Amino acid sequence: MSYVIEGGTGAWEVVIGLEVHAQVVSQAKLFSGAATAFGAEPNTQVSFVDAAFPGMLPVINRECVAQAVRTGLGLGAHINLVSRFDRKNYFYADLPPGYQISQYQHPIVGAGVIEIELADGSTKSIGVTRLHLEQDAGKSLHDQHPTKSYIDLNRAGVALMEIVSEPDLRSPEEAGAYLRKLRTILRYLGTCDGNMEEGSMRADVNVSVRKHGEPFRTRCEVKNVNSVRFVMQAIEVEAKRQVEIWEAGGAVDQETRLFDAARGITRSMRSKEEAHDYRYFPDPDLLPLVLDEAWIAELKAALPELPDAKRRRFMQQYGLPFYDSAVLVAEQATADYYETVARGRDAKLAANWVMGDLFAALNRTGRTIETSPVPAAALGALLDLMADNTINGRIAKEVFEAMVDTGEAPGAIVERKGLRQVTDTGAIDAAVAAVLAANPEKLAEYRSGKEKLFGFFVGQVMKAMAGKGNPALVNDALKRQLG
Amino acid sequence: MLTDLTLAEASAGLAARRFSAAELTEAHLAAIAALNPRLNAYITLAADSARAEAADADAARARGEAGPLAGIPLAIKDLFCTAGLRTTAASRILGNFIPPYESTVTANLRRAGAVFLGKANLDEFAMGSSNMTSAFGPVENPWKPRGDAAAKLVPGGSSGGSAAAVAARLALGATGTDTGGSIRQPASFCGIAGIKPTYGRCSRWGIVAFASSLDQAGPFARTVQDCAMLLGAMAGHDPKDSTSADRPVPDFAAACSRSLRGMRIGIPREYRAPGMSGEIEALWQRGLDWLRAAGAEPVEVSLPHTKYGLATYYIVAPAECSSNLARYDGVRFGLREDGADLTELYERTRAAGFGDEVRRRILIGTYVLSAGYYDAYYLKAQKVRALIHRDFTEAFAKVDALLTPTAPSAAFAQGANMDDPVQMYLNDVFTVPASMAGVPAMSVPAGLDSDGLPLGLQVIGRPFDEETVFAVAAAIEREAGFDAQPAIRAGVAP
Repeated sequence: MSYVIEGGTGAWEVVIGLEVHAQVVSQAKLFSGAATAFGAEPNTQVSFVDAAFPGMLPVINRECVAQAVRTGLGLGAHINLVSRFDRKNYFYADLPPGYQISQYQHPIVGAGVIEIELADGSTKSIGVTRLHLEQDAGKSLHDQHPTKSYIDLNRAGVALMEIVSEPDLRSPEEAGAYLRKLRTILRYLGTCDGNMEEGSMRADVNVSVRKHGEPFRTRCEVKNVNSVRFVMQAIEVEAKRQVEIWEAGGAVDQETRLFDAARGITRSMRSKEEAHDYRYFPDPDLLPLVLDEAWIAELKAALPELPDAKRRRFMQQYGLPFYDSAVLVAEQATADYYETVARGRDAKLAANWVMGDLFAALNRTGRTIETSPVPAAALGALLDLMADNTINGRIAKEVFEAMVDTGEAPGAIVERKGLRQVTDTGAIDAAVAAVLAANPEKLAEYRSGKEKLFGFFVGQVMKAMAGKGNPALVNDALKRQLG
Repeated sequence: MLTDLTLAEASAGLAARRFSAAELTEAHLAAIAALNPRLNAYITLAADSARAEAADADAARARGEAGPLAGIPLAIKDLFCTAGLRTTAASRILGNFIPPYESTVTANLRRAGAVFLGKANLDEFAMGSSNMTSAFGPVENPWKPRGDAAAKLVPGGSSGGSAAAVAARLALGATGTDTGGSIRQPASFCGIAGIKPTYGRCSRWGIVAFASSLDQAGPFARTVQDCAMLLGAMAGHDPKDSTSADRPVPDFAAACSRSLRGMRIGIPREYRAPGMSGEIEALWQRGLDWLRAAGAEPVEVSLPHTKYGLATYYIVAPAECSSNLARYDGVRFGLREDGADLTELYERTRAAGFGDEVRRRILIGTYVLSAGYYDAYYLKAQKVRALIHRDFTEAFAKVDALLTPTAPSAAFAQGANMDDPVQMYLNDVFTVPASMAGVPAMSVPAGLDSDGLPLGLQVIGRPFDEETVFAVAAAIEREAGFDAQPAIRAGVAP
């Protein structure tokens, strides 16, 4: 089902391209030794280079380059052995040198691809045009004083990767899936923490609309959208706005817009005429960035298994369906957790427990997989207790809840609470006999053909045995006595 | 007089304990006190710290730990950031700026034991050829035309204060920076030696930037040997400057006594510009004769793109400066003129802070980088620059060094050329090509013109072959026997 906007003149297709700014995970900034930790006191992580004092010079941080290369490799992209840094010139108070060092004409990473997964189970390949390194600006705080603005330069000079997609996305859902997938890949690679709330991933969204089969129409760029949800909303409202303009006989102006999440609209930030002339030119303080093929090969060899490969492996190795595999590999930590549970056990059962009871427990307790109250090994031990018939599935749920609450090992809980499954056929037969004796009417109904009541009897027997009866033995005994 | 010694002589005197660093510094401070009010060679004096540094040098010598420049009093162009010592770039916009850090070059000099007498005047942000654009007033050239003691001439620029200070014996040596001739032209105007080393030889870290791809630090002194000693201390790889060359620093001073026998010296025919003064041409010819006498063989060579040098330079340098000077915005340091909003703050601060020449170059640079003009100007200039570079590469396949005049004239009067920037820019016609190519070039005093004003010859060498440049310049120095002295100098003020 393709996404369209129905207008008075027919159906409109939406064309979307994303420019994602991903903050590089690194100890120091792109061109200075200042620290990059989030949440530090304002202006405590600023070097003279970041503050653009006279005579200060940038020196490239090799680790940031390595991170960009790793990301490029993770996107299956071409790594450019020679790239260059340019200056993008504009005046703003939180841009100390009056220019941003970026890669305009010669980015470090060329074309790549991201495979996205959609709700209907289909996948789609989205082209990545390029990835380049650039500096972040500082932060202007306009709400601290009635007449003054405050500037925090902690972020000034922090390394960003700008990852530009082809205009291959056709719906808000696809854009959301692209962002989530990109985030997953970056987190696997450890090149960006993907934390959109802290601003370490931000997206500029290019939106245009067209009738099916038409060439592209004028696009607008919605700047600096900072959550997947907002990106999807911004596309929806911006596309509708453009459809209305075209249908009213107008023309969409190419411009930069802002998404107002509170009011659910986009509004004009600056028109094409007001666009900056950035006067790009090669930064004469920096030499071209020349990469060594052997170094790239080294980085490639050290890459972790990436989500798509891991998903394929999960399907093959554990026999999981596509959906389960996709859910389990979305976070590296979840995938690791799952594999610890699944190794040597019933892999499908392990997936059900992780995606069902564990996720529910994490949601309820507000924990993450990394801080899960139930470690993977403990969940595995619980599965083992089921496999060796120490407890049955129903009791396992009870034990699991106790594990979440107390952090105790499953075996200990089973012993303490006396939850060991009853396999003594004498005890089971006695319980069955007692239940049948206590329900003569139901027994008569059953015998007159109402066989659905078998389940009722199972329930009654298990209840009488406090849930601890071995389900198979209970079934056998019932069948025998019901004759 | 101690102030009349060369740097090498002073160094030997200190080593032999004939006088102390404290005495040497006092002599220079006294000369500065007497003459600087008139010459205006220094913007900021550092008498107290200089005395302390001299005392340190004496103490170090007493301990047997004297560095190669221990106790040598120098003038520092006020473009080098000096920790705790005001650094203005001769601009109102940095008029109150005290850097919390020390440039790599001055840190190297301090480590060698040098004493800093003060910060030398210059054209604002090193933009000029006359030192007339300084926000702290012009510098007077200590030389006077014969029979006109009242004449006030420019020392050249942009390192005019450094050159005037060394010529007038207000320092034994000085640092300068050269972007298109800012060391060589003032050296020529003031009758002293000065070298712009290969781009990348000295770190640019901590030097207020004018045009990053061209700026290069270098020394002034009264002899070639003294320049070699200073450059040896200033140069060296600096990981803080990505364009600094990771190469060992040779023994430049030793290179000064190398023989020229068998060397081939190129004479670029394109430098024989139409309208060149007969005196300059004659001096150039004398230079050739001296080199021939020293055993070298003159060879005519061609640098076919020379005529585009100046035009190219005045696109590339302003383009870079328009971006480099964007940081002077009144927000974090230096001058601030408040405004109703951010744009007005920028406009008022920069209007009040920058002089005419700086503004002119920022405007030119902004223009040539603008959308629609970039290809026609900046990109074309970069291509021509590559051709100029190739000219030198090809010439140096045939010869070991080039000999040219340094400047088209001797020092001119203060105020001359001020209403005609193009005429002013022509001062750099012989110096700019070596800057565009990044190759080392030195001006050495070679004679006087008919007015008794000094003229220099320029020696240009292969990249990172300053040694040959020093050898050739030292030979000219020996053959020329230049011993004229400026009218105004320590102990002599008419």
